[in-house]
Amino acid sequence: VTREGRAAFIFLAPALGAMLIFFFLPVAAALLMSLTDFDIYALADPANARFVGLGNFARLLRDPVFWKALTNTTLFVVVCGPLTLLVALGAALLVNSKLTRFKGLFRTAYFAPVVTTLVAVATVWRYLYHPSFGLLNRFLGALGFAPIDWLGDPRWALASIILLSIWKNFGYDVIVLVAGLNSIPESLYEAARLDGAGFRAQLRHVTLPMLLPSLFFCGVITTIGYFQIFAEPYVMTNGGGPLNATLTMVLLMYKQGFRWWSMGYASAVAFVLCAVILVVTALFGRLQRRGEA
Amino acid sequence: VRRWPALALVLLAGCAKDGDRPLQFWGLGREGEVVPELLPADVESQQIPWTAAHEKILTAFVGNSSPDIGQVGNTWIPELSAIGAIEPLDGYLKESKEVSARDYFPGIWDTNVVGGHVWGIPWYVDTRILFYRRDLLEEVGFKQAPRTWSEWMEVMRRLEERAGPKGFAILLPTDEWQPPIAMALQKGAPLLRDGGRWADFREPRFKAAYETYREIYRRGFASVVPNSQVGNLYQQFAQGTFAMYITGPWNLGEMRNRLPPEMRDRWATAPMPAPDGAPWPGASVAGGASLVLFRSSVRKAEAWKLIEHLSRPDQQVRFFQLTGDLPARKSAWSTPELAGDPQARAFWQQLQNVLPTPKVPEWEQIATLFFEHSESAIRGRATTDQALAALERDVNRLLEKRRWLMDRKEKRE
Repeated sequence: VTREGRAAFIFLAPALGAMLIFFFLPVAAALLMSLTDFDIYALADPANARFVGLGNFARLLRDPVFWKALTNTTLFVVVCGPLTLLVALGAALLVNSKLTRFKGLFRTAYFAPVVTTLVAVATVWRYLYHPSFGLLNRFLGALGFAPIDWLGDPRWALASIILLSIWKNFGYDVIVLVAGLNSIPESLYEAARLDGAGFRAQLRHVTLPMLLPSLFFCGVITTIGYFQIFAEPYVMTNGGGPLNATLTMVLLMYKQGFRWWSMGYASAVAFVLCAVILVVTALFGRLQRRGEA
Repeated sequence: VRRWPALALVLLAGCAKDGDRPLQFWGLGREGEVVPELLPADVESQQIPWTAAHEKILTAFVGNSSPDIGQVGNTWIPELSAIGAIEPLDGYLKESKEVSARDYFPGIWDTNVVGGHVWGIPWYVDTRILFYRRDLLEEVGFKQAPRTWSEWMEVMRRLEERAGPKGFAILLPTDEWQPPIAMALQKGAPLLRDGGRWADFREPRFKAAYETYREIYRRGFASVVPNSQVGNLYQQFAQGTFAMYITGPWNLGEMRNRLPPEMRDRWATAPMPAPDGAPWPGASVAGGASLVLFRSSVRKAEAWKLIEHLSRPDQQVRFFQLTGDLPARKSAWSTPELAGDPQARAFWQQLQNVLPTPKVPEWEQIATLFFEHSESAIRGRATTDQALAALERDVNRLLEKRRWLMDRKEKRE
């Protein structure tokens, strides 16, 4: 090891040490725990925990609640992710349009939900979704539709949470995309216009290709975020109701871990989620490399 | 820079020995809010919302930061005693002049006894009884509340006819396990068998009770809604959208505050109806909260004194005045506010016949599994047999650890 190498290591040591203690060790402990049936009885006496090998994982695969949570989470990612990105792209284009005035105001307005406490947001949205007094159902009523029990009906609950999540999260992507739009040289649009490109052609051949890195970034961040969705169903539907229609992976992990104290089982859920996210992120990376090539 | 002295103080306080700390009391929800008025000035109290309390008490136990005394739901006692978070109180009770089991409702006291030891002293009591619209029942020909299941079904049938398509006879949220479990207890269903080793939900008495419960939805007497979707139930009760509701003591106060004044004499309470042929009133679920002593406390003698203080009949009356929570001590019920209140009287009657749910640490999980499976039966996605079989399978799986521990213990002995 060269002197510089050693110096670099010394400089890195505090950060590495902190990561070792606060990240790698807990992860290793959780991995060990996921191989045991550590539960409330083991709190009293660790000897009450049994080594079960991959038993927790086998139990997970048989657990319909786990599949429900996985399906819901996947739905979240697959529906909510692209929709969020699409809404954000539309909003970014509008904000960035030359015709738009008060750009700062719109940017702030779109970003406000991202930084608002979810609990406050949830209170307001619960009013909006209220079956008999909510604004949404009043609106439906005025149009002559029957009221919908947004959060109580298992068929609608997930969609309702998805709607809320899009509204809550798209602002972040708007900011990133607006920054991306701003960095596209105006000369490219001029050249495109000289070649006779209309709005659509400009969007397709200039804006989107130049925006691709920002879109990828947003896509990855949003996807990972939705895989870990927790707070929205936790506060809106009392932790995943009705009939587990809004139960997500992290919510399942939380309930198993901290409500029932089945730490072994909860750790297994955590590692399955981790594996899923790793695979999806790797796919994104591949896609991006192919896009660049 | 001004912050430094304050920070230094905090650090110093952190270094102080545990013995110098004031006694720590954890109160839950509304009780935690008012308890400082009942506690001596040198006791530090912390208020914890009910929804987070169970998690917080367990986390505190793991993190070795439990308080000295706390309020816990009495269904948590089997769990807290099993993990060794709380202290048995038998020794203190033997010496005590203030607290004696005789002055408590037997069913409620029983919830605090696990494995032959007393682990908590009841602080206030909770059970479920029938709240009903007296005027609407009279309209359909019932001068008093139903006393048997068949009377109950008949009154619901008539109320439903009266209410038409928009109304319901009874409000029975699908995620409340207390009413159906109370009905099962009335039938004498054991719920679990072999000392809590196995689930017993396909047992005929349980099945009969559950069928009756499900019948209420099947015949359209109650709407299929969970609690979160009920809306303003007081308004609905006043409007007659539903005429009966099985609920707890907190609604005595809420009904008085929230119903319009002209409704004052139009509602009443009654103990639970009993299965046909069984003595009235039928049993209900023994609930409420108890005061416990945490095992990690270094000042247990003082902490016990505080429990005795809060259990004194005059303190129980004051506590009732502050919260509306029904006192656990029978002698506190002679206060004119309770003795002269016919709506509270039904609770007194009911409390003579309350039964604990199975005293196993897994009970909360079992209750959750119960209403999850029950909901799919009520919504018509499963037959009663399918739902109960699935429930039994899941609960048996849940109890596997308990069976293993019990068998291991027996082998050792």
